Amino acid sequence: MTEILFVLFAVVALGGAFGVVLSRTPVASLLFMVATLASVAGIYVLFEAHFLAAIQVLVYAGAIMVLFLFVIMLLNLGHDYRADLKYGLWSLLGLVVAGLTAGVLGQAFWGASDTGFRGDGAAVAAALDAAVREQGAAGVIAEPLFTDYVVAFELMGLLLLVAIVAAVVLAKPKT
Amino acid sequence: MHEMNQLTTFWFWVISGVKVLAVFTVVMLAVAYMTLAERRVSAFIQDRLGPNRVGPFGLLQPIADGLKNLIKEETMPGTSAKFYFVLGPALAIMPAVVTFAAIPLAAPLPTPVGTVDMIVADVPIGILYILALSSLAVYGIVLSGWASNNKYAFLGGLRASAQMISYEVALGLSVIAVLLLAGNVTLTEMVWQQQQLGLWFVFPLSLAFIFFVISALAETNRLPFDMPEAESELITGYHTEYSAMKFSMFFIAEYSHVLTASALMATLFFGGWDIPVWTGDDMFWHEGALIRGFDDAGAPIPATPSILITLLTLGAFCTKTAFFVFLYIWIRWTLPRFRYDQVMHLGWKVLLPAALGYIVLIAGTMLVLDQLGVPFGLLYGLVLTGVSGVTTIAFLFFIDRDRVIAGAHGMGAVARRREASRALLARRAASNPDGSVS
Repeated sequence: MTEILFVLFAVVALGGAFGVVLSRTPVASLLFMVATLASVAGIYVLFEAHFLAAIQVLVYAGAIMVLFLFVIMLLNLGHDYRADLKYGLWSLLGLVVAGLTAGVLGQAFWGASDTGFRGDGAAVAAALDAAVREQGAAGVIAEPLFTDYVVAFELMGLLLLVAIVAAVVLAKPKT
Repeated sequence: MHEMNQLTTFWFWVISGVKVLAVFTVVMLAVAYMTLAERRVSAFIQDRLGPNRVGPFGLLQPIADGLKNLIKEETMPGTSAKFYFVLGPALAIMPAVVTFAAIPLAAPLPTPVGTVDMIVADVPIGILYILALSSLAVYGIVLSGWASNNKYAFLGGLRASAQMISYEVALGLSVIAVLLLAGNVTLTEMVWQQQQLGLWFVFPLSLAFIFFVISALAETNRLPFDMPEAESELITGYHTEYSAMKFSMFFIAEYSHVLTASALMATLFFGGWDIPVWTGDDMFWHEGALIRGFDDAGAPIPATPSILITLLTLGAFCTKTAFFVFLYIWIRWTLPRFRYDQVMHLGWKVLLPAALGYIVLIAGTMLVLDQLGVPFGLLYGLVLTGVSGVTTIAFLFFIDRDRVIAGAHGMGAVARRREASRALLARRAASNPDGSVS
């Protein structure tokens, strides 16, 4: 059952990801993106990471993508996308970024046997189950986030704040 | 003595299937009769009769409406984006019908095959599941507005997306206060914590409840927040081009959202299926056994589920939910619509900072109480009730002075000036009794 669902979600996620790149209208790209995000959330649920799945849908699919849709519809309607397609040096840059990302992913996938990502699946699942029962689905994530990783967490928050301030400064009419 | 065992896998699947079917059917029927309730209540408020011809008291009216919508002609605007035009209503109705699954309906029911939880899916993320799925509802509205290729529909869709984003923040922040007090995100545990506190969360978190009601009104696009379909400005907004069953699907989606929001208000703030004062209905799964509380030594007291308790608690839940559905209808036919900039102002400049400040206040109060060693119980709740009560009165005092929601031309300021000049004239008249003009 889990395997069937995993394959289903994985196919939809990958298909959606290709759809984002290949479709000709921005709105279609966006919907493909939402499908991908939702499928990845489904995979999170299969891994018992319910909280992550909920946040994925709530934040990415439900909020950020709606904002994207808003911007696309408000600003880009009837706008010819062809002028935005960049070739030459830009495509080379894109290729480099894609290659680097693939390298990082490959490193995580094949070289991770000693970093704790892989272990006895049943034992990890049992420990996770016990922790969820003890602290709740949100507590399991919140505890390390606000103790071990609190500095990184706050810095991320600061980064978002910087982006917001920058957006406000840019959007303000020049007087 | 009742069976206290949990269900075997086989019976779990069978009973889950039955629960899904039953809840879906009841929700759809409730939605149908909410349309009738809306029309009858609006008629009552406007001193009319409302639909009363089809069946006794018009009770068969929703069936007649449904049939009419099924056999009406479907129109398809020639210039619409066909695929998205059809996809829109489907996307709108999907999240609306699945969110009810995570709401606990009654105390666990004892059956010959084990004790059955009266909830379709007790997901560990509870409220987050509902928030996540209802945040997807806006896609249906935005897409259909865009796909209609009609400027009014399009404006409706744009408004819907802006409004949903704005009020989702306030809604989430008002829920955070509840999460702080309940200490968990599952709705079953929230009901349990309210039973343990001896107070429904509406008392210790009164301001959060007010924020929740306002944001839920905005999230469901109901008056006074029905910007996306404001018919005096946008014809009917995003569903202008829709007819027959596709139009009906938007309708069903809206009413399902209203039903879910009402059930959430009942669950988060009014104890869910809890019957007030009586503690005999307190029930919770604790380490594989149903308990009704802890004795002074901290040992769990086992609970005895019974069909009677389940029925009574189900009744309590339905009564509370029905009240909030009525509140929705009552508000819709009492208040006029906001202007669009007022909606944005209220969401971002009033509700967001106020909700943030309130969270800090509640968290601070809870920290002090925990430091003082006050146990989680009635005293704990009453202190929070006092703090929240003062804050709520202060907030209502602030918001009720047309500083926030002023009329189109700042009528409040005009009225004050008029009042001042009238007082000045009166004083002049008093100091100058012979009426001579100086």
